[in-house]
Amino acid sequence: MQTVPILAPQAAAQTAGLDSGDTAWLLAATALVLLMTPGLALFYGGMVRTKSVLNMLLMSFVSIALVTVVWLVAGYSLAFGDDAFAGLIGDAGHLGMAGIGPDTLTGTVPTLLFSTFQLTFAMITAALISGAIADRTKFTAWLVFVPVWTLLVYVPVAHWVWGPDGWIAHSLGALDFAGGLVVEIASGASGLAVALVLGPRIGFKKDAMRPHSLPLVVLGAGLLWFGWLGFNGGSALAADGLAAAALLNTVVAGCTGLLGWLFVEQRRDGHPTTFGAASGAVAGLVAITPSCGTVAMPGAAVIGLAAGVVCSYAVAWKFRLHYDDSLDVVGVHFVGGVIGTLLIGLFATAAMTGGPRGLLYGGGAAQLGKQAVAVVCVAAYTFLVTYAIGKVIHRLMGFRASSEEEMTGLDQTLHAETAYDHGVLGHGAAQTPSPAPDRTKDRSPAE
Amino acid sequence: MKLITAVVKPHRLDEVKTALQELGVHGLTVTEASGYGRQRGHTEVYRGAEYRVDLVPKVRIEVVVEDTEADAVIDTVVRAARTGKIGDGKVWAVPVDSVVRVRTGERGPDAL
Repeated sequence: MQTVPILAPQAAAQTAGLDSGDTAWLLAATALVLLMTPGLALFYGGMVRTKSVLNMLLMSFVSIALVTVVWLVAGYSLAFGDDAFAGLIGDAGHLGMAGIGPDTLTGTVPTLLFSTFQLTFAMITAALISGAIADRTKFTAWLVFVPVWTLLVYVPVAHWVWGPDGWIAHSLGALDFAGGLVVEIASGASGLAVALVLGPRIGFKKDAMRPHSLPLVVLGAGLLWFGWLGFNGGSALAADGLAAAALLNTVVAGCTGLLGWLFVEQRRDGHPTTFGAASGAVAGLVAITPSCGTVAMPGAAVIGLAAGVVCSYAVAWKFRLHYDDSLDVVGVHFVGGVIGTLLIGLFATAAMTGGPRGLLYGGGAAQLGKQAVAVVCVAAYTFLVTYAIGKVIHRLMGFRASSEEEMTGLDQTLHAETAYDHGVLGHGAAQTPSPAPDRTKDRSPAE
Repeated sequence: MKLITAVVKPHRLDEVKTALQELGVHGLTVTEASGYGRQRGHTEVYRGAEYRVDLVPKVRIEVVVEDTEADAVIDTVVRAARTGKIGDGKVWAVPVDSVVRVRTGERGPDAL
């Protein structure tokens, strides 16, 4: 996104007119990215056990609604409003989307569209965190966490990287085309923080906890990949050659990530798995997110492959270091995000970036250094602030479900539903309605 | 020999299993079960309608032990399964005439 100047609406309206081609593509891209969050819900939902699949789906699905409200009230203004202080945060000029009408432009597209496109990024970033705390989170605490996290963590980082005069892009000069820092590293580091606040699932490292439905995982990965073309291709904010290059890079890196992960599994474990293929594609897509608009196709292929291989090892770290990042938000999104953001320093080409070049393309080590500083700053900020938010919520209302709720299953205990009601005896809540319920009977839940 | 049957809350299964292993019980059988006791199920509200849930999910744990061990096993199961809340379940024992180990044909206590 660095290559397209994001102008203040008034200035933009004066210097550039609306481009209907750009606008048409971004309208479509926004719809593509919106679909990624339900896709993520299925991707995560398939990975958990049958007793908490609905809870897992709902944590993503509800994030769509929560983040939208926060974004329109304050998030957009603080992230993309005029810089208020030293490239750290935007001003309050557009609270409640004030002053933005159908004619207001950002670059060559309506600001209403730009803000909606950015909103879909914020949604999925919040939803991604839920994978680190699967199967044990108190749902009401999640409803509090998501809005607070969006305002205190996502919004500032988005401003640093993509906002007008944000310090990472403008003072430091680090590149992040579609969200390696803002989406992947932010969600990964935040996932680690909340996983540490909540502690491991009961039975972590003892029980197998295998994914209950790999078909759902593959369906989710497919929807994510589909939506990712809008995520990365749309980040050019234009219907042009850069968007096309980003789109191709996104396809390539997903493929090499998939193959890299399967290769490791075949060599290490003796059998390539469906779960590995889905995870590998996502790892490659994560890594190409920051780099898709800054590297040429060969660079994208290497970045995807590196992510597929490294992440296939990184997902086992949690067992050695004893943090229960249940669905590998750290192992895939954090690690993949770091790989993709750093490798820009090696593979950036002037044709793509419009200036900065990587080490392998004659640009020296300067860009690599900038990328590393950005990674460390974003990882540290997002981890520390999220850890603090998590601790405060845990102190005030409890962030974790009770052990009985967790062991019985969050679907039944928190939502009064079950995803699969196969039993003939009807264990779940979906019983035949009784015509005249006797309300004098003991109503305390049988446990 | 005695057959000890325990019907307990599903989420206490791990505790009971661990406690029995520590006591030295060699084998057990677990079945998912449904039922009600004195609590008689409960009502739930879902999507605005009220439902009567008579059969509550439980697990049934069965162990065959020698007569001398029966009391210790029962005490262990009760201790491990108890939460103190409604619906903790029941444990009972019945005499067993004969037991055969299928693989070797051993009979009686030797087959346990």
